[in-house]
Amino acid sequence: MAGTADIVIVGGGHGGAQAAIALRQHGFTGSILIVGREPDLPYERPPLSKGYLSGEKTFERLLLRPAAFWAERGIGLVLGRAGTHVDPAVKRLILSDGRVISYGTLIWATGGDPRRLTCDGADLAGVHAVRTRADVDRLVHELRGGARRAVIIGGGYIGLEAAAVLTKLDCSVVVLEAASRVLARVAGEVLSNFYEAEHRAHGVDLRTQASISHLFGTDGHVSGVCMEDGTVIPADLVIVGIGIEPSVAPLIAAGAEGTAHAGVRVNAQCMTSLPDIYAIGDCAAHENAFAGGEVMRLESVQNANDMAATVAQSLCGDARVYEATPWFWSNQYDLKLQTVGLSRGHDQAVLRGDPADRSFSVIYLRGGRVIAIDAVNRVKDYVQGRKLVELGAHVSPLRLTDVTAPLRDLLDDDVLVSAPPLDT
Amino acid sequence: MIDITVKTRNGTPHQLPGRMGRTLMEAIRESGIDELLALCGGCCSCATCHVFVEAGAEGLEVPTSKDEDDLLDSSEFRRPGSRLSCQLTLAADMEGLVVQIAPED
Ligand SMILES: Cc1cc2nc3c(=O)[nH]c(=O)nc-3n(C[C@H](O)[C@H](O)[C@H](O)COP(=O)(O)OP(=O)(O)OC[C@H]3O[C@@H](n4cnc5c(N)ncnc54)[C@H](O)[C@@H]3O)c2cc1C
Ligand code: FES
Repeated sequence: MAGTADIVIVGGGHGGAQAAIALRQHGFTGSILIVGREPDLPYERPPLSKGYLSGEKTFERLLLRPAAFWAERGIGLVLGRAGTHVDPAVKRLILSDGRVISYGTLIWATGGDPRRLTCDGADLAGVHAVRTRADVDRLVHELRGGARRAVIIGGGYIGLEAAAVLTKLDCSVVVLEAASRVLARVAGEVLSNFYEAEHRAHGVDLRTQASISHLFGTDGHVSGVCMEDGTVIPADLVIVGIGIEPSVAPLIAAGAEGTAHAGVRVNAQCMTSLPDIYAIGDCAAHENAFAGGEVMRLESVQNANDMAATVAQSLCGDARVYEATPWFWSNQYDLKLQTVGLSRGHDQAVLRGDPADRSFSVIYLRGGRVIAIDAVNRVKDYVQGRKLVELGAHVSPLRLTDVTAPLRDLLDDDVLVSAPPLDT
Repeated sequence: MIDITVKTRNGTPHQLPGRMGRTLMEAIRESGIDELLALCGGCCSCATCHVFVEAGAEGLEVPTSKDEDDLLDSSEFRRPGSRLSCQLTLAADMEGLVVQIAPED
């Protein structure tokens, strides 16, 4: 079977769905087709480790748009099929069921696949990822079946959010982190230490510098984790949250610049090196001005959404570059973390407020300029600090620590520099 | 179900049913009105679900939490009646609620 569309979007997650929505909002009248590997209509992913896992929200409440919306806007959906081959010379996409689709423009929005353990036992039943609705449904099924001893491998945001939910569901939770602290890839030490203490206070057995030897099981189902030092941790279920690998193999095979690990390289307009092929979201390696121009992938709703908007506007004749301010949130227990900017490469971290109050911010500086803020239960700092990040403001650390002075007031001072934060 | 009226950015009013216990943000999204990004999905972290309350039960026009209040300050369009629609849980006494979707920041 063959098909054709002016714009074919591969991946119906946050980026892909938003690209289609934004194209229509900006007046695109050509045909749009979304090819999605998951069987479900486009839905929100963040609740998978939060309200959907806890049972507070039903799946239907996660839908990004009601079912009727897509047909109403003339957005075609081919679900439960993957795009497996791209032939840029003839502008064709081949699907996992053999279908051939001709495209005018291709938008690659495939996100990533959870990285898997490579040790023995990684394939046992009861070893879960948290990336899709199906993953979480399987996990919930085991919890309903009585699984109560959970081992979470990986102390990133997803693992920690899952830990917070599972403790609430009366599970005993062990978190195993290979690095010397949790959240090491994304946050400074103060934040890591704070979250470690919080999880322990909620009864989580959190171990850092934990080296896993293998998983073992009974009748094909996981029953425990064996550590390098011989320690055995019994488990009814294991969650692996050790990051993702971008789903870019078909594009790389087609000759796109990039690698299977680093993602597909895009320019400031989110174009890949292949003609008429864009890439957005988790899989797109771009130069980010908020990381001093470093080429990176960002895994956030903000990034997927703003890249989608950039591409949609460009395709509607209003050429844009992607330069949106990065922001992110994470909810664990009653802690609301909000992040703006990117803290990687900081050379100074300033604490504002006292973690003991469970309301504080960490402000990250590079070369004296504010590059990022992590605000815990401190929405005001997140809101007001955003401008400091966007301007790359030079502010004395002493003034940042003064909780009596709103961050907004620092904007009025002559602490600002006119140069963009890009060039350091 | 209660009846609510949502005016899109161009001022067009849309009558829609609101399921009690759900948030206004969800009711707007489910109706197919396409103007709310609601990026954080309703967890009071993003302020992309901003509406102006024009009529409704008393008290609806003021934020219900400090977080909502602080987050609303991120919008340059904030004015009296500004609310984050994900923080408005629909209840029987909200029958007749009229809101206008705020401009995008
Ligand atoms: C559990 C969890 C919690 C999160 N929490 C937060 C949070 O609190 N805040 C935040 O900002 N971000 C959060 N994120 C990250 C955020 O969800 C992602 O950054 C965002 O979904 C990226 O959008 P995307 O479109 O790039 O990829 P996705 O949303 O992952 O969508 C990609 C889609 O493409 C499909 N696909 C893959 N390959 C193919 C193919 N070859 N053909 C067809 N379809 C394909 C995938 O199955 C998937 O459905 C969270 C992520 C997870 C998993
Ligand atoms: S949807 Fe994010 S604050 Fe309402």
